[in-house]
Amino acid sequence: MLGRLDWSAIPLHEPLPLAAAGGVGLAVAASLFWITKRGHWGYLWREWITSVDHKRIGVLYCILALLMLIRGLVDAVMMRTHQAVAVGDAQGYLPPDHYDQIFSAHGTIMIFFGAMPFIVGLMNFAVPLQIGARDVAFPTLNAASFWLTASGALLVNVSLVIGEFARTGWLPYAPLSETSYSPGVGVDYYLWAIQIAGVGTLLSGVNLVTTIVKLRAPGMTMLRLPMFCWTSLGANLLIVAAFPILTATVTMLTFDRYLGFHFFTNEAGGNPMMFVNMIWAWGHPEVYILILPAFGIFSEIFSTFSGKPLFGYRSMVAATMFIVVVSFTVWLHHFFTMGAGADVNAAFGIATSIIAVGTGVKIFNWIFTMYGGSVRFETPMLWSMAFLITFVVGGMTGVLLAVPPADFVLHNSMFLVAHFHNVIVGGVVFGVIAGYTYWFPKAFGFRLDERWGKIAFWFHMIGFTAVFVPMYWLGLEGMTRRLQHVYDAGWTPFLYVMAAGVLASVAGTAALIMQLAVSIRDRRDERLRDDLGDPWDGRTLEWGLPSPPPFFNFAQLPDVSGEEAYWSIKRKAIEQGELPEEPDYDMIEMPRPTPTGIFVAFFSTLIGFACIWHIWWLVMVSGAGVYLAFVGYAWRDVHERDVSVDEVRRADQAARAPRAAALARLVKEGRT
Amino acid sequence: MSAVPTPRRSEWAGPPAKDIVTAYGFWMFLIGDVIMFASFFAGYAVLAGGRAGGPGPADIIELPNVAVQTLCLLTSTLTCALAGVMAERRRMAWTQLWLLATGLLGVIFLALEIREFSHLIERGATPQRSAFLSGFFMLVGCHGVHVVAGILWLGTMMAQVAVRGPKAYVQRRLSAFMLYWHALDIVWVGLFSIVYIWGSIT
Repeated sequence: MLGRLDWSAIPLHEPLPLAAAGGVGLAVAASLFWITKRGHWGYLWREWITSVDHKRIGVLYCILALLMLIRGLVDAVMMRTHQAVAVGDAQGYLPPDHYDQIFSAHGTIMIFFGAMPFIVGLMNFAVPLQIGARDVAFPTLNAASFWLTASGALLVNVSLVIGEFARTGWLPYAPLSETSYSPGVGVDYYLWAIQIAGVGTLLSGVNLVTTIVKLRAPGMTMLRLPMFCWTSLGANLLIVAAFPILTATVTMLTFDRYLGFHFFTNEAGGNPMMFVNMIWAWGHPEVYILILPAFGIFSEIFSTFSGKPLFGYRSMVAATMFIVVVSFTVWLHHFFTMGAGADVNAAFGIATSIIAVGTGVKIFNWIFTMYGGSVRFETPMLWSMAFLITFVVGGMTGVLLAVPPADFVLHNSMFLVAHFHNVIVGGVVFGVIAGYTYWFPKAFGFRLDERWGKIAFWFHMIGFTAVFVPMYWLGLEGMTRRLQHVYDAGWTPFLYVMAAGVLASVAGTAALIMQLAVSIRDRRDERLRDDLGDPWDGRTLEWGLPSPPPFFNFAQLPDVSGEEAYWSIKRKAIEQGELPEEPDYDMIEMPRPTPTGIFVAFFSTLIGFACIWHIWWLVMVSGAGVYLAFVGYAWRDVHERDVSVDEVRRADQAARAPRAAALARLVKEGRT
Repeated sequence: MSAVPTPRRSEWAGPPAKDIVTAYGFWMFLIGDVIMFASFFAGYAVLAGGRAGGPGPADIIELPNVAVQTLCLLTSTLTCALAGVMAERRRMAWTQLWLLATGLLGVIFLALEIREFSHLIERGATPQRSAFLSGFFMLVGCHGVHVVAGILWLGTMMAQVAVRGPKAYVQRRLSAFMLYWHALDIVWVGLFSIVYIWGSIT
């Protein structure tokens, strides 16, 4: 009846996961109780769970990402504190079996369920607004993509209490991940979580590419697209081109494990190195999928907070597309030690060094954007400026590792771990936090508190430096990665500094949570409220909308006549001292909400869970459920709802009023 | 030649009609799907030599069977296209008829594939036997699963055409289905050449 699932799957003898799960369970129960008590279920169902509005879905992605980033941070705290007390004779507090699960879960969660959803969420939120569209190309598919990502995250977290997680690292290298060496359900949890979330990501990539290429407002030619849209286009093209490779690779490993196929096994002609090649043929583009949108966020922020157009816009576009293409030619640098020979290694080493040129162009463009501008040091800008420094350091160490002879010495060491955290934390995470602070007022109508934001920034900066600078050093000293026990007592001081650093990062994260709480409390305060919809003196179309924008975004699709679409409209209005005339409002058709997304994801979660535990009848039933959810959606006859002219006019006039008032103030002060 | 200047306002007039957006999105999806097949092709090519003393391509291929399969699938592409032409002319009875023919040809194709697989398994040439056979079954089987999904989609579409008639959204879905079915054909051409023809001559 329940396949392989029985009571032995619950880790009753291990207090740590049970306590954690109990805590999470209590928090979930408390939230559910609160929602029920306040009667919010109807609102949640109508406005969020079944919503197909790209802004809502973007926010949901970001909430999922924030939760998972915190979950991944807990793993990081455990690793750093454990290593600090597991030197020499001391054994630390985590048995090897548990420690291996923690570093595997840390990497999996941070990349797939922290960084990825955050990036996808910000793209979802901002791209349609920036290109002047009312939604993405396929809104229901978009909802399904989000819920499928959430499914994957749920499965990974279920593994905490039911069964175990993989002990094979964030990429389950074969043959270690084959049944002969990993007989438990850990790798299966990994495979199904990644497979389901991966499909969600692929569909989201298809959706956003179509949106950017086809749904741009009149006059928004490709070379007038804001930089963030260009980098999003690059990232989503990479998703469409790279994620299917992940799907295929995960499928092969799944068949090896479930049906005894021989893709990656040691015996019967299988080829374990093929796994490493295939997973990195996806994996290297993946790091650019993460970093390109972050580059876009920084571009928007540098330009906005310097009060200048982005320096070298076209070279930036070229550099982005250059990176998109070249990112597919460097994957072998992840395993120079495979033994492919000097010529192959040299070719990939050179390609890897060349890809840094594209990023170098960008770094100089950002610096020149600030040069001569009136720079404002608000929190989004602080994160961006810190990124410039951390990313240059991370990039340099990357180029160092790209030299095959150096890589033979440094591979699999803490130097490598420091390098990729340097670029992923210092690039992607700084980027998404900057983007979160930057677009938060657009999503909710009030800004985040600056004081707590700066406290968070400095704590994170100290924590980041204290963790990763010693890590480089330890790597050079010869410390390998993923050590459950550290044999050289001479490294203890470094391990202590790193443990202290991770605690500073915890303090920084606490400050971010505090910032959110304080800002929600003071949201009506003059200091935080955003009546105008343009809190940062922005330059792209989203800042021409009220905060939060109406669900249809634009009362009338904008007619774009140059780069920095909103900046020119704004300058013109200020020069003339009046807003452009009210347009002739038209009726708007918007997609109707539908629970298809969450239904599909619900059954997909069940399919994943049932496959992990070999509960085959449940797989069948849930498969039928997915099919019926599709048919139910396909059978709707009315796909859109009409927004009446009156409703559009009312919303637009309400948005124009504060702008008109602000203009009148400027006229009175004689500043037009 | 004529000296009519191109208007500068040929820039970008805004979003095109919905059927164009849908078709574009579906093309993007198909590109992804083809890349997934490419990965399986690559896997097959890498593992083709890993026979572990078991049968090789020449030992397992039954060309007559595959020839009939190919004939079915190529013909089904024709019937699928005819269904599209009829749908465009809003002759829904003919559309249904050609869709039905497409589905039947798909079912015959699948039956032949199942026959091929069961013959192999009877002879001990199972995917567990060697890496080469794993790659073979995965590549051909993945195409087969796509055909199964296509037939399921086709049946659902036929029901929808019967109930809803030639509505705009039904037409859009039909055209997406046709892209999908043609893509399966293209993948089969690759399979036929690389796995079967190349396999039977080496």
